[in-house]
Amino acid sequence: MATQHSRAAGRLMLSPAVILLLGWMLIPLSLTVYFSFLRYNLLMPGMEEWTGFLNYRFFLTDPAFFDAIRNTLLLVGGVLLITTIGGTLLAMLLDQPMWGQGIVRILVIAPFFVMPTVSALVWKNMFMNPVNGLFAHLAKGIGLEPLDFLAHAPLFSIVMIVSWQWLPFATLILLTALQSLDTEQLEAAEMDGASPLCRFFFIVLPHLARAITVVILIQTIFLLSVFAEILVTTNGGPGTATTNLTFLVYAQSLLQFDVGAASAGGVVAIILANIVAIFLMRMIGKNLER
Amino acid sequence: MGTRFAATLASAFLASTALAQAQTITIATVNNGDMIRMQALSEHFTDANPGIELDWVVLEENILRQRVTTDIATRGGQYDVMTIGTYEVPIWGGQDWLVSLNDLPADYDVDDIIPAIRAGLTVDGELYAAPFYGESSMVMYRTDLMEAAGLEMPEAPTWDFIAEAARAMTDRDNEIYGICLRGKAGWGENMAFLTATANSFGARWFDENWQPQFDSEAWATTLNFYLDLMEDAGPPGSSGNGFNENLALFQTGKCGMWIDATVAASFVTNPTDSTVADHVGFALAPDNGLGPRGNWLWAWSLAVPAGTQNAEAAKAFIAWATSKEYLELVAENEGWSNVPPGTRMSLYENPNYAEVPFAQITLDSINSADPTNPTVDPVPYVGVQFVAIPEFQGLATAVGQQFAAALAGQVSAEQALQSAQTLAVREMTRAGYID
Amino acid sequence: MARAVTPQRRAVNTAAAWTIALLIFFPILWTILTSFKTEAEAIASPPSFLFFDWTLENYVTVNERSDYFLHFMNSVVISLGSTLIGLAIAIPAAWSMAFVPGRRTKDVLLWMLSTKMLPPVGVLIPIYLIFRDLNLLDTRIGLIIVLTLINLPIIIWMLYTYFKEIPVDILEAARMDGASLRSEILYVLTPMAVPGIASTMLLNVILAWNEAFWTLNLTAADAAPLTAFIAGFSSPEGLFYARLSAASTMAIAPILILGWFSQKQLVRGLTFGAVK
Repeated sequence: MATQHSRAAGRLMLSPAVILLLGWMLIPLSLTVYFSFLRYNLLMPGMEEWTGFLNYRFFLTDPAFFDAIRNTLLLVGGVLLITTIGGTLLAMLLDQPMWGQGIVRILVIAPFFVMPTVSALVWKNMFMNPVNGLFAHLAKGIGLEPLDFLAHAPLFSIVMIVSWQWLPFATLILLTALQSLDTEQLEAAEMDGASPLCRFFFIVLPHLARAITVVILIQTIFLLSVFAEILVTTNGGPGTATTNLTFLVYAQSLLQFDVGAASAGGVVAIILANIVAIFLMRMIGKNLER
Repeated sequence: MGTRFAATLASAFLASTALAQAQTITIATVNNGDMIRMQALSEHFTDANPGIELDWVVLEENILRQRVTTDIATRGGQYDVMTIGTYEVPIWGGQDWLVSLNDLPADYDVDDIIPAIRAGLTVDGELYAAPFYGESSMVMYRTDLMEAAGLEMPEAPTWDFIAEAARAMTDRDNEIYGICLRGKAGWGENMAFLTATANSFGARWFDENWQPQFDSEAWATTLNFYLDLMEDAGPPGSSGNGFNENLALFQTGKCGMWIDATVAASFVTNPTDSTVADHVGFALAPDNGLGPRGNWLWAWSLAVPAGTQNAEAAKAFIAWATSKEYLELVAENEGWSNVPPGTRMSLYENPNYAEVPFAQITLDSINSADPTNPTVDPVPYVGVQFVAIPEFQGLATAVGQQFAAALAGQVSAEQALQSAQTLAVREMTRAGYID
Repeated sequence: MARAVTPQRRAVNTAAAWTIALLIFFPILWTILTSFKTEAEAIASPPSFLFFDWTLENYVTVNERSDYFLHFMNSVVISLGSTLIGLAIAIPAAWSMAFVPGRRTKDVLLWMLSTKMLPPVGVLIPIYLIFRDLNLLDTRIGLIIVLTLINLPIIIWMLYTYFKEIPVDILEAARMDGASLRSEILYVLTPMAVPGIASTMLLNVILAWNEAFWTLNLTAADAAPLTAFIAGFSSPEGLFYARLSAASTMAIAPILILGWFSQKQLVRGLTFGAVK
């Protein structure tokens, strides 16, 4: 269908993006791969030497490594589950006619505007603190023992904080998608006596499929590198309960300034992230090809 | 031709920046109260030195540390004056990354700097940073609660007394916890406190051959003492509490005692922020009859990175900000209790300053810490609550996570110490200290 | 667009939506309220919701201590600059992928996304060295370049999915009518994709506004945006919640206001859903 001419034009228009991203990827990535084979600590200049796979062995045998993978997956999975389901429901609600729709929408989107460090500080100190936090006051108000969230449910707490930040993103994308839904189709289905549940599963959900795919993929990318929230609330602990891969790389790169090990960790992280991405594409990639 | 053009452009650019920046110095500093005050008072410096302009970069401690370390190690050249601590100075000074301050003018009176602090900032006879304020740690306690418990705090308490008092003061129904201590994982958080405490129990990080010592009896005693005490008399959520969290607890009247930085004294006695300002007493950090007390030593200091174009202007600024005159300037503007503490002997000889309730105890605490000989047994490293080697930040944070897990009740003390030992052996082997 | 609903139904919707929205917004509301308290009241227990001595002291302190306007302008320039440049590169790319897909289009898309997966903290040192050599440290242009590149895959992706929703027939009809490629994109595609482009743009501005790793680590005094401004008020020794709340309120206020306006823009652009 597409002509030869438009094909050429298509390639031409794609090329700036491809070239820029190629440069952005190749230059730091090749430097990172190079550094990952060096013994290179920023704080000990002049001692750089080739060490082969030593950095990789060091990073992969870190006692926290497997915990970090598990925590990364749980964090990504948990937040995705909460935000896509919550976001779909919320988008459908916000799509309904109501008074003050504009204000409601901006209120819902607002958490996305808050810097991660700030939201983590606010949640940690003003809500989850077991002595002075609002949750503790609520619990005491109804006669319960306040829960020490960050000590006894650390990963769960971080999932909640991160979900709060990303729910608006999911809602916004899904809401925009909902608005291109053909309302006549819905009304026709309603006339034919289709139940609301039926209408949701056979009309709304298929229509949202691609938007949901976008939400999942884009969020996955950001969630894999969640970091500020962990640093502020638990510093990766207690133990390794909230250490994710990014935090492990951080410890190597900005605490140890061990560029070699940090680069090896970065390479490992990008490989694992791509495995997750390919896995995701297999699962939901169909939605992109309609 | 392209390269020549670029070269011309670059040299033109360099020339113009050199000219424009000849007298503008960029100062990177921490957002703590004393530095904020320095920034506010810096007009006095620029008025006296019309040729020098100041650009300020004020950041939170962790971010500041990663910024300045990255910049100095890569020779990024973004700053002319850096605020660093006693941890960085020995490492950076040893790499020749800092400009020596031995040539400060005579009226600066370098001999007036408190010897313990000056020693921590000197490498091979070169002073590499000038102390802006110094701190140690001490016991802060509620005089009213202590009295109600029928106890009296000695000037130099033992750990046994602290434990007894903490348990006696605890009243969980009224949300009064006998003792608040750091628990949040981090080399500058729980590990600063625990390392200093371990010194007083005779424990050390490494023996003279850099063998990690977490499998020693002394560490087991330290950790078990800490965990039991926090279990019986600590607030809930301790494993997330750092300096600021404990400060908030103490100021709202939830803590009977708090062992932390001496600078906290001015916060807890300040009636606008603290509900318990009238009932705070101070004592030296506890000991265990072995000699060393459980207090640390830290000084936020100003240093000039090697390679800066503006070394002279930077030195002039440092000489002003850490001078005796600056202390008087602060006293004039903000009162004696807001003067940056712990840097100069003359301050403590000043009768006006002696009236500040925490003046003497701060000096005594600073003087009782010895960075070169921190614990009972000899050690190969410098530092009281840290070990001044580049590997320490990452290692101590990982170890701190283990201890926080033990405090949260997720692992036992033995497991935490075992993991700590494994981590330390692994890290020290990688870094080549041990085989 | 307006679907006929009974007033009762509308009332139920309104009540449900407002309840949820207020719950979600509450932490921010709490931050804003805290910014008007004194430091002592900010940690008071039990906390007071509205009945405290309202004070502007924190805002005064924050403004005395730092140059809000400089940081604000840096944030505006950096986030708008990177968004506009990003869109200029992404719209043609997304057009080409959506309407002239080749065999490898899906692979190219996946690859573009994968460039975002390298954890920034792992590549800080290489980038810092490159920036130092190019004299880009602490410059707005340096940050615009970085933020454009890190957000480009996201922009392309989102635009691609929006473009895919547009019926190809319309574009072909335009082509039949003799529209050039340029006018096809400018006058047919773009207007139809306005809601998609608008929400992509809004999201990208937000992402750039809040980006707190590169903006902190590649700047010093001159190009530091609001993220650095916030980092100057977070976690000093001493109480800081009220001042941090004031600084945070000042940092998010501009983007909240922008969001409020673009919200209207979004809703207006929606009528185009009828195009089908």
